[in-house]
Order: sequence, then structure tokens, then C-alpha cells
Amino acid sequence: MPIDIYLNVAVGGLLTGLVYGLMALGLSVIFGVVRVVNFAHGEMMTIAMYLAVVAFASLGLDPLVTLIPISALLFVFGYAMQRGLIDGFITKPEHTQFMLLVAVAVILVNVQLIIFGPDARNVQSSYAFDSYMVGPLIIDAAKAYAALAAIAVSAVLFAFFRFTETGKAIRACADNYTGALVVGLNVRRLYALTFGIGAACVGAAGAMMSLIIDVTPALGPAYTLLAFVIVITGGLGSMPGALLGGVLIGMTEAMAGLFFTPSAKSMFAFAILVLVLLFRPQGILGKSAA
Amino acid sequence: MIARLFEGVPRNGLAMLAVLAAVLLAVPLFANDYFITVLILILYFAYVGQAWNIVTGFTGLLSLGHALYVGLGAYTAAALYVHFGVGPWIGMLVSIPVAGLVGAILGFLAFRFGVSGVYFAILTIAFAEFARVGFDHFRWVGGSGGFFLPVAQYSTNDLWLLRGKPVMFYYVILALATAALIVSQLLLRSRIGYFWQAIREDEPAARALGINAFRYKMLAMIISSAMTSLAGVFFAFFYNNLFPEQVFNIQRSIELILGPFIGGVGTLFGPILGAVLLTGLSEITNEFLAALGLDIPGARQVIYGICLLVVIVALPDGVWPWIARKIGLAERKS
Repeated sequence: MPIDIYLNVAVGGLLTGLVYGLMALGLSVIFGVVRVVNFAHGEMMTIAMYLAVVAFASLGLDPLVTLIPISALLFVFGYAMQRGLIDGFITKPEHTQFMLLVAVAVILVNVQLIIFGPDARNVQSSYAFDSYMVGPLIIDAAKAYAALAAIAVSAVLFAFFRFTETGKAIRACADNYTGALVVGLNVRRLYALTFGIGAACVGAAGAMMSLIIDVTPALGPAYTLLAFVIVITGGLGSMPGALLGGVLIGMTEAMAGLFFTPSAKSMFAFAILVLVLLFRPQGILGKSAA
Repeated sequence: MIARLFEGVPRNGLAMLAVLAAVLLAVPLFANDYFITVLILILYFAYVGQAWNIVTGFTGLLSLGHALYVGLGAYTAAALYVHFGVGPWIGMLVSIPVAGLVGAILGFLAFRFGVSGVYFAILTIAFAEFARVGFDHFRWVGGSGGFFLPVAQYSTNDLWLLRGKPVMFYYVILALATAALIVSQLLLRSRIGYFWQAIREDEPAARALGINAFRYKMLAMIISSAMTSLAGVFFAFFYNNLFPEQVFNIQRSIELILGPFIGGVGTLFGPILGAVLLTGLSEITNEFLAALGLDIPGARQVIYGICLLVVIVALPDGVWPWIARKIGLAERKS
């Protein structure tokens, strides 16, 4: 029945969209606090995906297990990058910061190309072809696990920013940089921590995404753009906005793939971006004064 | 106008420019086709860099989608040639308004709704990506399978239809690059140029002084996109093939702006120097990697990226302002 097809595609898009949302959450956290646009975001995502693929191929570990060590590795990577490279550029003009991260992105994507080659790699999990029947819906097990993990990681992140000392301190930096300095917060360390947390989000999202999609180095730049589209749609700096944007874009892509051709799906994501930028530049859940 | 052309150019700089011009004019007398082709690439990037510099360097609007205007210019001229037999010099007269119009639409939407900074940059990427996917499905110009101009071995140069040997293309792009340099200098020293710089430095202040920021930002977008489209016409007739995946790719937009970035954003000579450095670097690493047997995909780009990183960390203002100081030609960063 046609209506079932639409429902199934929509649910598939929703589940993938939650993983997109987690990826975008990383970008949003970094931009919201450090005010640096991480143009190497998608490349960090593919690093995580390759780590998951390698861990699965060589050690037989499931991405849902390696998710935690991969996040930890990406955290270290992000922390080190902020400390060693980006810190000196915080006060530089926007386009200089941008170019710096473009250079990082170029290096990362091509190092991946050298190591792994251009061919697609994937994780053949034991449940890759399992599915659950819920009424008229057939839910792909891998997508469902990935989406649940994305929700869990996001919940941890929300709790961290709301309830812990460090989380509150980071929010203080984002709210008022000078104020944070005045009350004696170590802003540079908190910035590095934030970049690390953002990278850890990407790490978790990447590990889960390896369950859903084959990874190639070319996916990096595409994901960078996708993360931007999602974050701007949802509202830069808004954490629920990133998740909402992810779901919206995920479902749009899925629907566009069904109604038109899958190769045109990114056009619809960009069309949504253009509409949002024009009529609600701060994003769906963004604050207007941003 | 003539006086303005040389305004702010030191005398020794003028002498150096004259020598450079003479050398470039004479090069085809003793250079081989390979060297000419490299020079064509350099001048091509110098030209596009100059056009991009108007939007980002002079006016301060970060555009990351200039491949869009190259592609529009290229596809328009190529389609007119293939489908209607219209030559590039006439086709150009269509390419310019098409690209200018798209630039104007983008600018209108962005500036009317207060889209600026990072958001503006993403909007320019979105437009280019939109065009990339759109042209992938645009059958009339070949879709994703590519669009080809008829190619033959040419023994004569047909300047009217731009069919011929590399030397002819060399002189065409040399003329374009020279014209772009002159236009940029004239614009920079004109009323419009000062308004642009005022907007770049502090838009609210510029507005307070009575500058119509919207109008001048629109003007920058239109001039820059129209100029860039000419590079597209050249690209189409020089390479004879167009693929949406390559022409409109975000990597292409980044490639176009690396030159001015390395050379020095907002300076007149920066885009030229940047094009020389980057094209030279790319040719040298190609040779070097091939000689070492390390010619694997990605190796060249990694070296590229590392060099870019080093330049950005060491000379965030670009190479040209630094060299200019060294050789006593301090071009005021305009």
C-alpha cells in the first residue's frame, strides 16, 4: 500500500535524522561557545566512521560498543586541535579562521584517501538485515539502534550542560566572554574542553552512522555541508534546534529520494536552508538576538 | 582616470610591473606548450582571484561559492555555441547578465534579510550546491554525463570562435587578467571603492555616514559575479568539457579563493602572487611525487593543505604584504 511506503520512508528518515542531529549538535556546541566555525566537521565524522569500520574489521567489535572509545579519541583530537591550533586564531577575522579550518579539512580528507583509498567501506553487523514490525511499519534494526544511541548521547550532553559545574561554566563562557574571565573561569581550558566535547559528539555520531551508510573519504565535505545546513535550520547555538534540524533534514532527504531521485536529495536540504535563511535567519529554535 | 590608474603605486613598483608585462608578452617566443599551459592556469586563477577579491577583499563579504558564476558563465556560453553555433564573444554578452543576475538575486536575498558573516558564506555555498545538483539533472546541457564542445586538432587560430592553440588562449587570458587588475585598481580608488572599504571596516558606521550599504554591497556582488563569469567562458572553450560535479563543486570554489588568500586578501597584487605560488607549488609537487613514485591520490592535496596551513599560521595577512615590505613596495593594505 502506498501510504505504508511513505510512512516507512519517513520513519527511516527520522531515525537517520537523529544521528545527523547528534553530528550537528557537535558543530552547534563548538560554534555556540568558541564562536569558531568548524569547517572540518564532516571530516572528523568520517574519521570516526573509519575508526568504527577498522575496529569492526580487525577486532570484531560492534560500533555500538566502540562508540565510547571512539568518542574519547575524538575528544582528545578536538581538545588538542583547539589548544594547539585554533586558540591563537580566536581573535582573528572570520575569514582567516575559516581558511585555517579549510586547510585542516583538506589535510584530513586526503590523509583518509591515502590510507583507505576511494572505495566504500562498511560494517557488516550481525543485525544488518534485521527489522522490527510495528503495525504497518518495518523498522530497520541498525537504524533503530543508531537512533536510540544518538538520543542517549544527546541526553547525556543535555544533562552535562544543565547540571554539572563544568557544563555551567561553559555556558557562562558562551553567554558572556568578558564576564566569564572576570569571575575567574579558565576560558582557554573551557574552550578546549568544548571543542573536545563537540568532537566527541561527532565521534559517537560517526560510529553509529557506520551502521547505516558506507564510508568514503568524499563523504567528509558532504557531511560538513550537511551539518551546517542542519545547524542553521535548527538555530546555531541551540541544542534542541540541532536535533530538530537533523530530523527535519533527514526526513526531507528521505522523502526527496522517494518522490524524485536520491541523487537530487541534497538539493532539497539546501532549498530548506535557503528558505530558513530568508525567513528565519536565526533558525527554527534560535534566539532572534543572536 | 589615467591619474587614478597610477594612484598609490610606487615608482619602483611601476617599473617592476612594466618589466613583468614585457616578460609575459614575450614568453610565447621561447616557451614550450607545457610552460604556456601552466602560465594559462596561473593567469586564470589570478583573474578569478581578482574578481572574487572585489566581494570579499574590498567589501568584506565572505563568498565561498564563486564556482557558481564560473559554471554559469561556462555553461551559458557553451550551450549557445553547441546548440545555436553562437561564438564565445557573443555568448559572453549572455553569460555576463546571467551570472550577474544570479549574483544579484543571491545578494538581494541575503542583504534584504540581514544575512551576514558565516551565514552569508553558507548561503553562497548553498547556491553553488543547488546549481551543482540542478545541472546534474539538466539534460539539455548533458546532465551529470558532462557537456562537450567539439574538439579538433587546430593548426590555425580562430580568435573569433576561440578555437586554436594554447598560445592564443594565453594571450586572451593575459588580456583578461591585465584588465581585471586595472579594473580593480580603478574601482578601489573610486568613490565606490572607498564606500566598499568603509562597509568592510564598519558597516554601521558607514551607514551612519549616509552610505547606502545595501546598494553598494549589491554592486560588489554584481560586478564580481559578472567578472567571474568571463573566466567561465574562457574555461569552457579552453577545456572543452564541463561536468557539474567538477565545475560547481565546493572544492572548486575553495581552489579559486586559495590564491588570493595565500597572496593577501584585499590587496591588488595578492591574487596574482597567490596564483603563481599555488600553481607553481602544485606543478612542483606533481613532478616531485612522480619522481619519488609516491603519486597516489590525495598526496598532492595533503602537501597543498600543509602549505596552506603553514602560510595561514605564519602570515595570516598573506604573502604579498610581507614581500612588499621586504622589497620596499609597501602596498597599503587597502
